[in-house]
This record gives sequence, C-alpha cells and structure tokens, in this order.
Amino acid sequence: MILQFHSVSEFIAMGNHGFYVWLAYGLTLVILGWNLLQPLFERKRLVKEQAQRQRREKKHAPKA
Amino acid sequence: MSLVLATIKRDLLLAARNKGEWLNPLMFFLMVAALFPLAVDPDPKFLSKIAGGVIWVAALLATLLSLDALYKADVEDGSLEQWLASGESLYAMTLGKALVHWCISGLPLTLMAPVLGLMLNLPSEAYVAMLASLLLGTPILSLLGSVGAALTASVRSGGLLLGLIILPLYIPVLIFAASLVYNASIGLAYNAQLGFLGAMLALALCLTPFAAQAALKLNLSR
Amino acid sequence: MWQWLVRLYHRLGSPKWFYDITEKWIPWLAVLSGLGMLAGLVLGLLYAPVDYQQGNSYRIMFIHVPAAILAQSAYIMMAVAGAIFLIWKMKMAAWVAKVLAPIGASFCLIALLTGAIWGKPTWGAWWVWDARLTSMLLLLFLYVGVMAITMAMDNEDSGFKAAAILALVGVVNIPIIKYSVQWWNTLHQPASLKLTEKPSMHIDMLIPLLIMILSTYLLFALLVILRTRNEILRNERKSKWVQERLVR
Repeated sequence: MILQFHSVSEFIAMGNHGFYVWLAYGLTLVILGWNLLQPLFERKRLVKEQAQRQRREKKHAPKA
Repeated sequence: MSLVLATIKRDLLLAARNKGEWLNPLMFFLMVAALFPLAVDPDPKFLSKIAGGVIWVAALLATLLSLDALYKADVEDGSLEQWLASGESLYAMTLGKALVHWCISGLPLTLMAPVLGLMLNLPSEAYVAMLASLLLGTPILSLLGSVGAALTASVRSGGLLLGLIILPLYIPVLIFAASLVYNASIGLAYNAQLGFLGAMLALALCLTPFAAQAALKLNLSR
Repeated sequence: MWQWLVRLYHRLGSPKWFYDITEKWIPWLAVLSGLGMLAGLVLGLLYAPVDYQQGNSYRIMFIHVPAAILAQSAYIMMAVAGAIFLIWKMKMAAWVAKVLAPIGASFCLIALLTGAIWGKPTWGAWWVWDARLTSMLLLLFLYVGVMAITMAMDNEDSGFKAAAILALVGVVNIPIIKYSVQWWNTLHQPASLKLTEKPSMHIDMLIPLLIMILSTYLLFALLVILRTRNEILRNERKSKWVQERLVR
C-alpha cells in the first residue's frame, strides 16, 4: 500500500482526470447530503407542528 | 363467467358503435410513422433499416393512447362495484377486458402494419416476421397496459401517468420485437426473439390479471 | 432462533418499538458509516494503484459501484415491503416502502451521473448506451413511476397499495429488463472496451471497494430509519406515546 500521489496538487489533478473525479464525488456529496438533511428538517417541522397543535388544544380544552 | 362474457360483448359492441375508439389510435399509428421520414431522412435505404423499430414505437404509443379509457367508464358508471358484488372472478374479468382491448387496439394495429411497412420501405422478407412480432407482442402490451389502466383509472388526466409507469415495462417487448423484424430484414434467423416474446406473453397471461384485479379494487369510492 | 425471528418480525410491525429502538441505533449507524466511508475513500483515493488502462478516472468506481448495488437492492426491498403490506396489512411495511422510493431513486441517480461522468474520459462521450447504464436508466424510470403513482392517488392508503402493486410488477420485470438490455447491447456493441466493466481488480482496489459498499449500506440504513421515523411521527401523531416522546 503506497501513497499514489506526491503532492496535494497532484492529488487534485488526478492525472488530468481531476475534473471528472471531483465532479462525480461532488454530485454524490450533494445528493447524499440532501438525503441526510431532508429528514432532519422534516423532523424539526413535525415537532414544531406538534407543539403548536398541543398548545392550541390546551387553549381550547373544554373548561371542565 | 356469464358476467365476464356479457362485459366482453358489451365493450365490443360499444367499440363497434363508437368508431373513434379504434379508428383514432389507428390514424395516430399511421401519423407517427409518417413523422420519422419527415423529421429525419426519407431515403429508402435509411428507412428500411429503421422501419421495424419505428413501426413498433408507433404501435407502443398508439396502444398507450387507447389504454387510458380502458377502465375509466367502468369506474364512473359503477360497473366496477357490480363486478365485485357479483362474486365472479375478477381475474377472468381483467383477462376479458385485456382481450377486448387487444381486439380494438392491437389487432387493428397488426392488420394496418403492412401499410406502414410500405410507407417505411420495410424489406419484403420482413413482412411475415413483423406480423408475427405484432401478433405476439401487442397482446403483451394490452395485458401489461391493463395493469397500468387499472392503477390510474381514478386519477384525473391519468393518461400521462399511465405512460410513465408502463413504458419501462414495455421496453423488453420493444427490444425483442424490433430486433426480430430487423433480423428478418437482413436475412438472419429470429427464433430466439420469437421464443422470448412467446415466453413473455405466457408470463403476462398468467400474472398480469393478479396485479390488475388488485389495482382495480383501489378504485372503489370510499 | 425461529421464535426470535418471528418475535422480531412482529415487533418491527409496531411503530412504537421501531421508533424507540432506532433512536439508539442512529448514532452508531452515523459513526460507523462515516468512519467506514472515510477509510474507504482514503484507501481508494490515495492508496489504490493507478489503473493501467483508465488512469485515475476509475476511482469514480468507489462511489459508482456501491450506489448501483444499493439502487437495485433498495428496489427489491421496496417490493418486499410492499408485498408485506398487501398481504398482512402492516402499516410499518407501507411506510418503509414509501420511504425507500426516493432513497433508492437518489442512489440510482448517483449511479447514473457518476457512470456518465466516468464514461467521458474513458469513452469520450457524456452518455453511452451500454448495457449497465441503460438498465440503470430504466430502473430510475421504474422508481419515478412508483413515486408518481403514490402522489397521484387521492387517499394515502390507495397510494401505498398502488405503489406496492407497481413495485411488485416492476420487480418481476427487472430481471427481464436487465436481460433484454444486455442482449440488445451485445447486438450493437462496438469492439472497444466496455465502459462499466470493472477494471482487473487488484486487491488494493478491491478492499476499498468492499469497505465503501459496506459503509454505503450502513448509510442507507440510516437514511431509511430517519425517514421512517418521520412517517411514524406524522401518522401516529394523535397517539399518546408520540406526544410524550415529542414533549421530552
């Protein structure tokens, strides 16, 4: 197992295929990132909605 | 059984009276085929290479057009509820409806295809093969299509959705049928393709009614 | 052993049990998949040897292959979940199936995009109709169909059932589609190198690939769990246990 690149610029260049390699990895990051963030945002929204609903219900609770 | 036969008879009668139901897809079939030489190249040598494929793509699109209405009327006028209440086999019913659809769509397309063959300069050796491919392939289109029609029967403007969900399933049929015609046109054997189409037809006959009847039940008004 | 499986199956059908136990799994899955991907990518991008035919562009394989594998697995899981819902009416199965569609489609899209990008330096074109890419495109169409029919149905339950039926019809068709596309491709295949054929697998390439495949599965599990938990919250919000959990 030897290091294939001898400098950071060599690593980024990827033997002049750098554009393709990093484009591919970049797009993957974007798509996977969205897949991770979307459920987290959705959960926040659901929790907020639920809190609002519970507040509303308490306000309109039948005054026994 | 009697309800299935009665439904088949009714639908065939309706189609006979409402000529547009089967004539419009036929005209569409013709027009789509005519688009290719107009859009690309009317050179006979070029056309004879693509004739089989173009005829099949046109047949696919014409079939999709006529599938949309397959179950819509039955959902709207309550026939669907009557079928369920009757206790008769929905499996047989969906098979019957697919058969009717083939009679008013696939069969006329098959009979019309030689005209398209002439328009697109299909080599003379390929005519029999083309008819065979359509005879085996269009029933598969009707059977698979009836599943899509059952799924989208209650969806407003479901025609486009129907195309979206059914086209990927049509692709193997397209590949083998078009290749069958192409092989025949250049003088090669096409038994393999025929075998595959036959196998797909057998599979479709057995399995699609299960999916179609499950899908039909989704259309009951709650 | 069998008893334990049956009990597990029944427990999985309970939204509350699923919600509570996955709460513990999430941090583990996140850490393991993150570390795994880091390890796999370090090994793959920095240490795996240069391919003598494709140079460095083959390193796209370390995300393309796992994505492709997952896109196909996810579809099969979606169909199985759909079948469980249709046969045993288990709500959890319907929610898992619904959630698998966009996730599987995302992996399918990744596989397609990275495959196309890989093709450009290898074959000179941004898109080639080779068998694997074409099958992946058709798989994306199948995913799109399932998502479209779910959204088109008026009520949610019909949407689940329609999606399940379509997924099952699709899953029967997948081997047929793959075979027919492969067959079609051999008819039209020019003599040159097949695009997505794996390069002759040096062990130093294989190890990072296997690590990436495993880590991607772990990430996939995390994504499915996250989205399913939201489905549970949305559908069971009237129940007391949900309200307790959310107030905490």
